[in-house]
Amino acid sequence: MTSRTPGRRAVPLPSLAVLASGALLLGACSSGSGTGPDEGASASSDPVAGGDLRFAITVDSRCIDPQQVGNNDAIAVARQTVASLTAQDPDSGEIVPWLAESWEVSDDASSYTFHLRDDATYADGTPVDAESVKTNFDAIVALGATASLGSQYLVGYEGTTVTDAQTLTVDFAAPSAQFLQASSTFSLGLLSPASADLTPEERCAGDFVGSGPFSVQSYTQDQEIVLAKVPGYDWSSDADEHTGEAYLDTVTFPVIPESSVRSGSLASGQIDATAAIAAVDQPQFDGNGFWLEQRANPGVTYQLFPKESSPLASDEAVRVAISKGIDRQQIVDTVLTERSEPATAVLSHSTPLFEDLGDALAYDPDGAEQLLDDAGWVVGDDGIREKDGQRLSTTVTFWQDPAPLELVQQQLRQIGVDLQLQHVEIAESTAIKESGDFDFDYYNLTRSDPDVLRLIFSANARNINDRAAEEVDDLLDRSAAATDPAERGQLVTEASRLLVEHGHAIPVYELSTTIAASDRVHGLTFEGSSRLDFYGAWVQQS
Amino acid sequence: MGRYILRRAAQGLFVLWAAFTIAFFVLYLLPSDPAALAAGAGGEVADVDPALLDDLRARYGLDRPVLVQYVDALGGAVRLDFGPSYQSGAPAASLVAAAVPQTLLLTGVALALAVVGGVVLAVASVLPRSRALRQVLSALPPLGVALPTFFIGLVLLQWLSFRAGLLPAIGNVGWQSLVLPAVTLAIPPGAQLAQVLSRSLRGTLGEPYVETARAKGAGRLRVQLGHALRNAAIPAFTMLGVMVGALLGGAVVTETVFSRVGLGRLTVQSVNAQDVPVVLAVVVLSALVFVVTTLVVDLLYPLLDPRIERASTPRTVAA
Repeated sequence: MTSRTPGRRAVPLPSLAVLASGALLLGACSSGSGTGPDEGASASSDPVAGGDLRFAITVDSRCIDPQQVGNNDAIAVARQTVASLTAQDPDSGEIVPWLAESWEVSDDASSYTFHLRDDATYADGTPVDAESVKTNFDAIVALGATASLGSQYLVGYEGTTVTDAQTLTVDFAAPSAQFLQASSTFSLGLLSPASADLTPEERCAGDFVGSGPFSVQSYTQDQEIVLAKVPGYDWSSDADEHTGEAYLDTVTFPVIPESSVRSGSLASGQIDATAAIAAVDQPQFDGNGFWLEQRANPGVTYQLFPKESSPLASDEAVRVAISKGIDRQQIVDTVLTERSEPATAVLSHSTPLFEDLGDALAYDPDGAEQLLDDAGWVVGDDGIREKDGQRLSTTVTFWQDPAPLELVQQQLRQIGVDLQLQHVEIAESTAIKESGDFDFDYYNLTRSDPDVLRLIFSANARNINDRAAEEVDDLLDRSAAATDPAERGQLVTEASRLLVEHGHAIPVYELSTTIAASDRVHGLTFEGSSRLDFYGAWVQQS
Repeated sequence: MGRYILRRAAQGLFVLWAAFTIAFFVLYLLPSDPAALAAGAGGEVADVDPALLDDLRARYGLDRPVLVQYVDALGGAVRLDFGPSYQSGAPAASLVAAAVPQTLLLTGVALALAVVGGVVLAVASVLPRSRALRQVLSALPPLGVALPTFFIGLVLLQWLSFRAGLLPAIGNVGWQSLVLPAVTLAIPPGAQLAQVLSRSLRGTLGEPYVETARAKGAGRLRVQLGHALRNAAIPAFTMLGVMVGALLGGAVVTETVFSRVGLGRLTVQSVNAQDVPVVLAVVVLSALVFVVTTLVVDLLYPLLDPRIERASTPRTVAA
């Protein structure tokens, strides 16, 4: 079944892509004979300090303030400029010390006490003390909508109490088990107290002073952002592999909007690395003096979210049939990169406490057809099912990569479901979603804590399904208060299973980030939330 | 003359107002919510508290009736104050002003290349005695017109930057970074100019005064450059206004392909993010460029060909 040719994507290369990959081949050949980057991978074991790393991003979203950014490119820049209270180990998902040496969580997960290390400072020399942490959290809450990620983590924030210079307690009005992981994110990364007095615009323009291994050296709109290492930085997290200052003197982020130009620039050595190489171009960089590293973004996988207040999506048979009618493996095999993974649960496999749901998400077109038959959806003349004069047809509006959904569209047609796709710009998609005029929504959410499940699905939180409370909500709400990982994991997995079984969640595939870099580049990697981490990166001097 | 300029200035103001007004209402009608966009900053933000969005709307004045917003925006535009960008919060006018110099440089160099290249190609396509050579040269301009800027840009990048490594593919630093984008941008309007000019050159060569010049013993080149070109240039000169427009439009594609900072990139980014204040500032600036260019072209006609007189010039003076 999986070897079936996917009709519309069978020839997925528009002429530009062909042209671009041609350029790549040529570029790769010429650079290979020139500087001989092949020796890079083996010759190096000891990190070399110094130099500049050029890492291309796709867009300048006009803001690099860690507490305000929400765009992946901006996050790649902003993450390097701040240290957080905690860090998350990318392998184990465990929360480990960074600016806080230790912490205690109250039994109901509504109160967090952090003990700070005493040697950390902001880039302007002011010490990272308890008072400055309070200033940060208060400022994020005050920023409100422009700090949308940070405010989400601080929902129910009652205040921070400073006990002494090194000790502070953060209190919430209700249990908030997600906060410990949230304290490791860039959104709650710490800026110097002076930065809190700046306007949001000044901070967006890079005027803030952070606490991380790099600081903003220059920011030229639409052109490039340059970060310089912070001299004297010596408070790396327990998840880092070295201590002391960052290896690189500077990291330059040129903005290159065209995908084929990013590929050509990497192949010809005009940039050293990027995380934005199109899937069709990636094989060129697997070897040949380059390397690829891919990591699934933790959090909620790409999925269709039924809005169950609409008549069509309120029919459980329709929802479950759609889920059964999606061949997830085929999507990975045909339109995604080699290293991609299909969704095997509501959460992606890099999320802490993840459990594979196994057969619950198996491809079962016969089962899907059976469900629809039993529910009275009869196949009409054009192959699309109907019931009481209503066609089984719906439109999904989205701005993300269209290829996976185009394949889903064909797969669903096999079981008599007509999925219309409306691919638009972010701006338009946001507006349509706000109007609420749709049956199914489509997106993913990167968050390295299973609480994202509750945040989105619980009838008492976001309630993405727009439905009345039921069994699953009890599990989700309890998971917010569970501090024991084993108990929390069990609640989350059980909730995940119920969401899939009742078709409240229709997972499709895991979003992943792929670094493509020249062999000169070493140590560039992902932190726990699959954000880029330049602290351990270094460049082979030629 | 003074009255003529006054009248043209009044017409120009009307064009500016109309461009602003149409753009304002088109943007207003677009299905999007700038507040949600500002809050999401273009990322994967699932959920923003509606109360926070209301705050943002109030901050940008988006909660007022559309006509109030319009009058307010128009009043601001007159003072060159288009309000803060929804994306960055910086004044839209200063964002546009910061982008202008790079685009001016790019389009200026491209315009010079287009004019020089276009004239040389046009003259070259009528000059040779060989009919076959003339035909080959005449076929070049239509080819240049037909090729999309995007395509030209990527081919040039592939050969001269990625493969040969002669010129940088991206950025605004140094003259080297200007070469490929300027050439890319110059080709379509240059080819168009060559097309028009060579056609009118061929027409002019049949005129009696050219016969006279020939009869007096002037050579091919002298007839071309000394006599025919000046008169043949008038239809081509009319194109100048259109060319400036084409260059501004082409900058959108060129600046994106070559990752250059400038008005074109700013426009793409602001339209995608529906950053209304910035888009309005760009629209007004583009309209202003059009108005000024056409006015300058009209004023220069009589200098080029004294037979052309301005309609509004009093007869007594003209006679």
